[in-house]
Amino acid sequence: MLEWRRRREPSKTMLYLSPLIAIGLTMLTGMLVFGAIGFDGLRAVTAIFITPLIEPQRWADLGVKAAPLIMIALGLAIGFRANVWNIGAEGQYVMGAIAGTGVALLTHDMTGWWILPAMALAGILGGAAWAALPALLKVRLQVSEILTSLMLTYVAVQFLYYLVRGPWKDPDGFNFPQTKMFSGSQTLPAVAEGSLVHFGVPLAILLALIAWFVMSKTVAGYAVRVVGRAPAAARHGGFDASRVTWATLLAGGGLAGLAGLFEAAGPFGQLTPQFPVGYGFTAIIVAFLGRLSPPGIVFGALVLAVTYVGGEIAQSTVRLPSAATGMFQALLLFFLLATDVLVRYRLAWKARPARSAP
Amino acid sequence: MTAAILVSIFMTLAAAATPILLAALGELVTEKAGVLNLGVEGMMLCGAVAGFAVTYSTGSVPLGLLAATLAGVAAAMIFALLTLGLGSNQVATGLALTIFGIGASSLIGAGFVGRTITRLGPLFPADYAAHPWLRLVFGHDAIVYLSLALVLAVSLFLRRTKAGLILRAVGENADSAHAIGYRVLAIRTAATAFGGALAGLGGAYFSLALTPMWADRLTAGRGWIALALVVFAAWKPGRLLAGAYLFGAVATFELQAKAAGWSFIAPEVLAMTPYLATIVVLTMMSLGGRTGGRDAPACLGKPFPAS
Repeated sequence: MLEWRRRREPSKTMLYLSPLIAIGLTMLTGMLVFGAIGFDGLRAVTAIFITPLIEPQRWADLGVKAAPLIMIALGLAIGFRANVWNIGAEGQYVMGAIAGTGVALLTHDMTGWWILPAMALAGILGGAAWAALPALLKVRLQVSEILTSLMLTYVAVQFLYYLVRGPWKDPDGFNFPQTKMFSGSQTLPAVAEGSLVHFGVPLAILLALIAWFVMSKTVAGYAVRVVGRAPAAARHGGFDASRVTWATLLAGGGLAGLAGLFEAAGPFGQLTPQFPVGYGFTAIIVAFLGRLSPPGIVFGALVLAVTYVGGEIAQSTVRLPSAATGMFQALLLFFLLATDVLVRYRLAWKARPARSAP
Repeated sequence: MTAAILVSIFMTLAAAATPILLAALGELVTEKAGVLNLGVEGMMLCGAVAGFAVTYSTGSVPLGLLAATLAGVAAAMIFALLTLGLGSNQVATGLALTIFGIGASSLIGAGFVGRTITRLGPLFPADYAAHPWLRLVFGHDAIVYLSLALVLAVSLFLRRTKAGLILRAVGENADSAHAIGYRVLAIRTAATAFGGALAGLGGAYFSLALTPMWADRLTAGRGWIALALVVFAAWKPGRLLAGAYLFGAVATFELQAKAAGWSFIAPEVLAMTPYLATIVVLTMMSLGGRTGGRDAPACLGKPFPAS
């Protein structure tokens, strides 16, 4: 018989292997489930997980989808490490886009190199401001940041609807609920002529490098980890948990806000009611898949980007409903959480009961 | 304002309060056993879609409600398997359950978008409620009465029965409860299942009673508000009832203001009110010195055995 045995210390190998096992189990389960409900399961799974990787013309789209996921997940992971559960990144993402779009609408008739940086700054501030309220309530009044940050997401989305249907509606937009298209000086440039890949993509990688450096090589990063892992020790060591809460929420909000602005000034080029696509929630999966570490997050974002792009392919090739993508993403997180048991435990043959000593 | 209008407003209020009351009551029992299941929204959506699908294909609302309850339990059992069986983080797993519920309900519901069913009607025949005031007592559907009975039942269970005492002991001090010989994981699994059942039923109330038509994500964050309500109620069923009806009043205000066509408040601003009200209420609770930490079960969200 097999039995679980607790490892003396968490397995490093399993820490990095379990995401791969989870991906494998997700593909297998997806194949069986979609096969059972009448789809070509093998083709569906191939389209979702393999096709985006082997067709080079999809790679640009992968980068574009991975960039916001990387940026949001980096911020979330820093918070999760400190036991700060900001799950309202979607709202901070939307508020960043709104703040940046506000600058874009004010500067619509102007040109200059400074406009895009000003929009990006507004995006960071907008996202950080939306995370500041949960931080304030958490630090001052111990109100759960989980609930407040999530409630504010619904508020942010309604605010977006209000703006695009009301004061920010494009007067020349045939009454569609959308803002004006951004001008040339307000749109993210592509990394190469004619490419879909905008400057947010390399910047997301750069931010991952910076986050990796801060988290693993600086005192600030150390403080975050200690507060999360051993709050009592952190107090003795003079690390201030309140400051860590503030810092992680503001950093997470700022990064989500910047990601939102890049999405608005990149692929969208304006704000519409379709703007909130759920990257803020998907980034939670990315953060866990990436083991809350910046290099892992780049990998995790790529995996989730593959499911987005692959989901679109599967819609056209095997007529899989668009909601299937969300199902695959949720399954992936379930399997990841399940296989994490392998980090702490191992399977072993049950030893025969030892004969009692004479 | 005539009596009929007042009564009709209260009927709307009770209907708006009921699904949140159910979901929050289930979560209260789950949390009393020390399990923090943040997947309420996901379990509600599973119940909503299962209830709608079964009622649409069989024409029977009771069967739909049963299916919804079972779907809620099934979703809760995924959570129990991961957190209680495999020791995964409860916060992360609850989030995963919500993401799963959104995906699954949207996938299963794709074929039902815009379809309608005959909604759950009042429990008593119409002549019982001929007079407007009698409508207050006899005009509701079965689930409204069930939810009120459950508040009483849960309250008595937790305070007056031995099983309730054991459940609370498991939530307050799992190690001691284990040492006395109670099966902590089995009790927590049962409490989680009860939470799933009521969340599923609450979700189905949306698709079978409130809006007898399928729409994607029709619970619109009510599961999260139910979670906030448990904190607001300081884990007490009686206060939960008050909180849910207070929330029902906010939701009714939103509906009435929209129906009356108040042009000086944008509909989007009205749609924000339940979420803003939740934040305000949570804040006021803390300002009043009742911080969530003091009333919460001591072992809430902590794994057992401790890792």
